[in-house]
Amino acid sequence: MTNSGNFSRRGVLKGGLAGILATGVSPLIFTRGAYAQEFCNAPTGDTVTIGFNMPLTGAYADEGADEQRAYELAVEHLNGGGDGGLIPFFSSKTLKGTGILGKKVVGVTGDDQTKADAARDSARRMIERDGAVMITGGSSSSVAIAVQGLCQEKGVIFMAALTHSNDTTGKDKKRYGFRHFFNAYQSGIALGPVLGEAYGKERVAYHLTADYTWGWTQEESMKNATEALGWKTLEPVRTPVGAGDFSQYLTPVLNSGADVLILNHYGFDMVNSLTQAVQFGMKDKQANGKQFEIVVPLVSDLMAKGAGAAMKGIYGTSNWDWQLPDDASKAFTKSFGAKFGQPPSQAAHTSYVQALLYADACERAGTFYPPEVIKALEGFEFDGMGNGPTSYRAEDHQCFKEVYVVKGKETPSNPFDLLEVVATASKESVTYDPAIFGGELGPDTAVAC
Amino acid sequence: MALFQLSRRDALIFALFALVVITMPVWTAPFGANYPGLMQKFAIYAIFAIGFNILFGLTGYLSFGHAAFLGVGSYTAVWSFKLLTMDALPALLLAVLISGLFALVIGFLSLRRSGIYFSILTLAFAQMSYNLAYSVLTPITNGETSLQLTLQDPRLIDLAFTTRGAGLPTASLFGVTLSGLSGFYFCAVVLLIAFFFAQKVFASPFGMMLRGIKSNQMRMSYTGFNTRPYALTAFVISGMYAGLAGALLAVTDPLAGAERMQWTASGEVVLMTILGGVGTLIGPVIGAWLIKYFENIFSSFNEGILSRFFDFIPAPLHDTIVAISSKFVGEGWQLTLGLLFVLVVVFLPGGIMEGVRRIGALFRRGTPPKAGAIRVQPAE
Repeated sequence: MTNSGNFSRRGVLKGGLAGILATGVSPLIFTRGAYAQEFCNAPTGDTVTIGFNMPLTGAYADEGADEQRAYELAVEHLNGGGDGGLIPFFSSKTLKGTGILGKKVVGVTGDDQTKADAARDSARRMIERDGAVMITGGSSSSVAIAVQGLCQEKGVIFMAALTHSNDTTGKDKKRYGFRHFFNAYQSGIALGPVLGEAYGKERVAYHLTADYTWGWTQEESMKNATEALGWKTLEPVRTPVGAGDFSQYLTPVLNSGADVLILNHYGFDMVNSLTQAVQFGMKDKQANGKQFEIVVPLVSDLMAKGAGAAMKGIYGTSNWDWQLPDDASKAFTKSFGAKFGQPPSQAAHTSYVQALLYADACERAGTFYPPEVIKALEGFEFDGMGNGPTSYRAEDHQCFKEVYVVKGKETPSNPFDLLEVVATASKESVTYDPAIFGGELGPDTAVAC
Repeated sequence: MALFQLSRRDALIFALFALVVITMPVWTAPFGANYPGLMQKFAIYAIFAIGFNILFGLTGYLSFGHAAFLGVGSYTAVWSFKLLTMDALPALLLAVLISGLFALVIGFLSLRRSGIYFSILTLAFAQMSYNLAYSVLTPITNGETSLQLTLQDPRLIDLAFTTRGAGLPTASLFGVTLSGLSGFYFCAVVLLIAFFFAQKVFASPFGMMLRGIKSNQMRMSYTGFNTRPYALTAFVISGMYAGLAGALLAVTDPLAGAERMQWTASGEVVLMTILGGVGTLIGPVIGAWLIKYFENIFSSFNEGILSRFFDFIPAPLHDTIVAISSKFVGEGWQLTLGLLFVLVVVFLPGGIMEGVRRIGALFRRGTPPKAGAIRVQPAE
């Protein structure tokens, strides 16, 4: 065929041209900015870029929006703007409002869509294109675990915001991942005694569980905590994240023989499932001769706001609450309220604190070089962030601090007065052996990118 | 070698396409898209869309469940990494094989119906696969949490030759790690092979047969053809393309999540193909690039960026424009994409490729085609 000769000549020419272009172009890209940089995205100019990766869409979007506000505030305070928020209260006095190590903090944002895939895409954009030296944010444990894995691979520190699964600092822990937020295991320890006192020792619990790592571990932790009280647990039911309508899962609850419903749901899912459970009349039912009760092991102000009256009298745990009486919490609430006209949620608090902790660790390490920053964070003891004395455990990068048991307020005095702290679990009581969850942190070797 | 021949026109298209793909790091720079993560997505979703177009563009069978094969490919590849080796080739081959088998089963059942019934069947199967991956098959897929590599993976083949490193391994090709730009070039080469194969399918008698099914299936059967094996072959090929794309997603980023199989992901590839131009070779690629660009770049814009962009406008007007346009970026990126889609479908029913053709016709003959006149799709 005549075509054959034609094609091969043309093909060789074109292919050769393409090859030359490719080889000519690619080294330029490989080497650009690679000289002075022994680790990924070393800040070179007079600014330092941090990636804020949070859910702006999806079932946890409310939390993501509040995280975004918190990061905006944190950047402002780190750069010396506003009233400084928590900086004056922070026990480590390295932050002077001059950015981090004299470099002005710049934030880039992305939508993680509450999906692991999208979150990694977004984080990769921040690392590969925008040059983020640290990634923070997220409102789902599956997202946190996925992004944490990516950050370990890329050698970029990940300061997790909202992630409550035991796996984040347990089975899936990473050297480059850090969590200030508490976990499901700690919720169980804190909530167990309160539930025992309020609802007695002979209860039958029915779990509705968000079907992913957070739900699984919270269900397990709650099961252990309540069975230690003498409660019985029925076969748990797993529900997809973002289901919207939970009536099909709630219908069987009343005839199951259970007298407590434990909702291992978060965000809009919890708002929907709790509201629907209350609409089903569960709060007014009697089962096994006792008042039927609903428990939501992890609650936030945002969810309480969404659930409205359904939240009244319901127990849960929180990492932090804006009504805590200490000066730091008051100052942060004031600072946040002045800027955004609403009190901060626990999501906002943990995000803000994580940003400050990273900045402080860099200051103490005197460099952005990740292995040194990691060393500065590991085993770090601090106070003045609203949770009392806190320590970052070196073995699993989990923060240990007080855990608050909260209850939906029966008679709110204002639209934001939704939860009241009814008990505080001490730092010692919620400390556990890191070995129980296994996992390996992996190496801290810096990666060039 | 007749196998590797292309017509002069196709060879030219292939050469141009290769040039565009290989130089992607250069021409994407002005758009802020020249980072490996996104360029890899460009290459991978182009493969997905090309494969989808072999089914939809040629036979006219609209599958609403193609993401299932993408997901199967991803899961297979990650399991190949976990159990066998971090080398990309076994992962790709296994993924193509398994997704092909999967497509054979689903295609065999779905192709008993045509039109909307076929679409609904594929949608139902895909949704079933999604739910299986999400909850029932959690031990295999790890559900919503996503399947990831761990430090304890057996990796039988790798560990027979080397010892376990300290950190998580990355995918490689004969020892060359495939991350960043090398990952992109690997995807680009696979894309070129996939594109070449699609060209061969389009130009072959088999492709002609598929077009026959699209234009009049009944007439095809009356002339003595049993159309179903042809449609099924197209379905399986297109499922294998999706599996290949899914495996590449896992190669460039070893993680597989159930949401990859969700109906929104299936809908996305339909949008890509229609946006670019159904039945054309280049169209779906352009559609895939546009959608991925919008998803990654527009979603990262925030008010700060907009405010700098509209800096030249005086203050009062400036704030209004920023306030309005901020609704279309960030979390509102899908709104922009939706508007673009509506505009394309209303004014260019043949997709962006129709626009290209119209402009081309303006220059070539000086006789613009009548507006609104639906032209027969050229068999290219």
